[in-house]
Amino acid sequence: MRDWLIYRTFWDLTVTGVALGSIYALVALGYTLVYGVLRLINFAHSEIFMIGTFASLITATNVLGLPMLEAGQYPYRTGFQLVLILLACLLGSMVLSGAGAVALERAAYRPLRGSGDQFGAVVLAFVSAFVVGLVFFDTPKSNLIFGIIGTGPIAFLYLNIFRRGRQAPRLAFLISAIGASTAITEAVAIWGPRDREQYQTPRVLEKKTLFKLFGTDIRIDYVIVIIGALLMMTALLLFVNRTRLGRGVRAVAQDVETAKILGVNVDFVILITFLLGGVMAGGAAMMFTLVYDQSKFNIGFLLGVKSFTAAVLGGIGNLKGALLGGLVLGLSENYGSALFGGQWKDVIAFVLLLVVLMFRPTGLLGESLAKARV
Amino acid sequence: MSDNLLELDHVTMQFGGVTALDDVTFAIRRSEILGLIGPNGAGKTTCFNVMTGVYTATNGAVLFNGASLAGLKRFQITKRGIARTFQNIRLFPDMTAIENVMVGADVNHRTSVGGALLGLPRHHREEAEGRNTAMELLTFMGIADRAGDAARNLPYGYQRRLEIARALATKPQLLCLDEPAAGFTPAEKIELMDLIRKIRDQGYTVLLIEHDMSLVMGVTDRIVVLDFGRVIATGTPSEVQDNPAVVAAYLGVPDDDA
Repeated sequence: MRDWLIYRTFWDLTVTGVALGSIYALVALGYTLVYGVLRLINFAHSEIFMIGTFASLITATNVLGLPMLEAGQYPYRTGFQLVLILLACLLGSMVLSGAGAVALERAAYRPLRGSGDQFGAVVLAFVSAFVVGLVFFDTPKSNLIFGIIGTGPIAFLYLNIFRRGRQAPRLAFLISAIGASTAITEAVAIWGPRDREQYQTPRVLEKKTLFKLFGTDIRIDYVIVIIGALLMMTALLLFVNRTRLGRGVRAVAQDVETAKILGVNVDFVILITFLLGGVMAGGAAMMFTLVYDQSKFNIGFLLGVKSFTAAVLGGIGNLKGALLGGLVLGLSENYGSALFGGQWKDVIAFVLLLVVLMFRPTGLLGESLAKARV
Repeated sequence: MSDNLLELDHVTMQFGGVTALDDVTFAIRRSEILGLIGPNGAGKTTCFNVMTGVYTATNGAVLFNGASLAGLKRFQITKRGIARTFQNIRLFPDMTAIENVMVGADVNHRTSVGGALLGLPRHHREEAEGRNTAMELLTFMGIADRAGDAARNLPYGYQRRLEIARALATKPQLLCLDEPAAGFTPAEKIELMDLIRKIRDQGYTVLLIEHDMSLVMGVTDRIVVLDFGRVIATGTPSEVQDNPAVVAAYLGVPDDDA
């Protein structure tokens, strides 16, 4: 009676699929933007998302002081207070994810591009020294001191290795991305108070049915996710198409050398690109915690892979492609798991990718950030 | 202020063992059209790249407005006032014509990310300004009728002119044109000559690298001739035309003299 099942829950599956797809799409935008300007798959982007979920958790519990449970109940809030809490969490996620993405760019990628960046070399030197310190000392304080002492000489070394005009081979960027991804995940796993356990986030929003559509209850959290994602994507498209920096992003995506000659500060444009991707991932992360009420150090992995899939499905480097890819992926996962059972969910996602790429190797809408026009 | 906008002072450029430029000295004066010519492989492009800061000279100095450009990033050099076009057209193919020009005009704008997101008045003013400037330049170049078309769909002649409009949008002091007439019909070349004169009359200094002799002779105020990385002649078009060294470089030395 599977057909009967899908008939009954079709609209339910559609709504949850669109909500999930919106989250994929927001994260996919980060992959697509960076690919557009650098032709680089930023594998550490999933960790930017993970940082966002923790930022939302920290904002809710540590900054706003919300308890997990209140007199045996979830700490539901209503009205104005609820809106303020949600906005604060959103802001926290966006700021931390954005900052994380910018730091990632400066420490893991910019030195390799040969732009002679001193800041990146110093950050990288500190991280290297700190990690080496972990081998010799076991208190955080001595690690830190060792890290600070080691920064000077290692930074000097890096500045000579990564001197201006000396571009690393393309593979080095990929390895750097994978390294940064692992480093961030493990750092959160090791230094988090609950180690590798799952974290719950306070349930501030009571997941009530907002209205009925085609006989299906539409929950408020899904409505927030869908509307929020729509707003963020519209803002991004407007930014890319209507502003000076957005024009710079598109110019760099089409022809870096010409963009430089026309006075576009390419390093700054790349920074902005990472920032935009990070902010989008931060928004997605906050909405993710709103729906699923949890986070974990490796939560970014599967979601990151799925979002990357969404980006490729829609045509990587194409902003609207990321949106379409996210929705297609979210919906087909949902419909597929209703038809074949939940354990097939991930299989369906990747088989779909393979099939699409067989017939349309550049994705549904084709590659190119350049063509992403309103 | 000195009469010279750009000076090359005993510039030598070597790539490994190859000497591309050998002790080159000449200057570009303000508000003139200077032609840089020479047979294939004479070092014109290298000279061009040294002038625009793409390469740093092995020896000697390049002074723009009396200051060296060494160590500056490419976008900073553009801000100092040097713009160029390419021998093989390099537009942003998927942007519209007007957007291509606006990218150039953006050099002189400074709205921040925050300003753009909040829609501050300066952002709107600069966007409007950029659009107006771009439209004026397109009109000046005679291609305003296709302003909304993607650059890739423009006819060849339009694309060449669009590149010049885009370079002008950065408000340069020196405009460098690298073979702007390549692929043009004789009628189009005459139009282009008029345009280059009009550009000069607006106060720009123009450096013209060109193969086409009729164009160079017809439009330039002075000509510098390069051969094998050396300056073999400098002067007005008529002076250069009669110079035996130039004739030899272009037509080859007769066998019995060699």
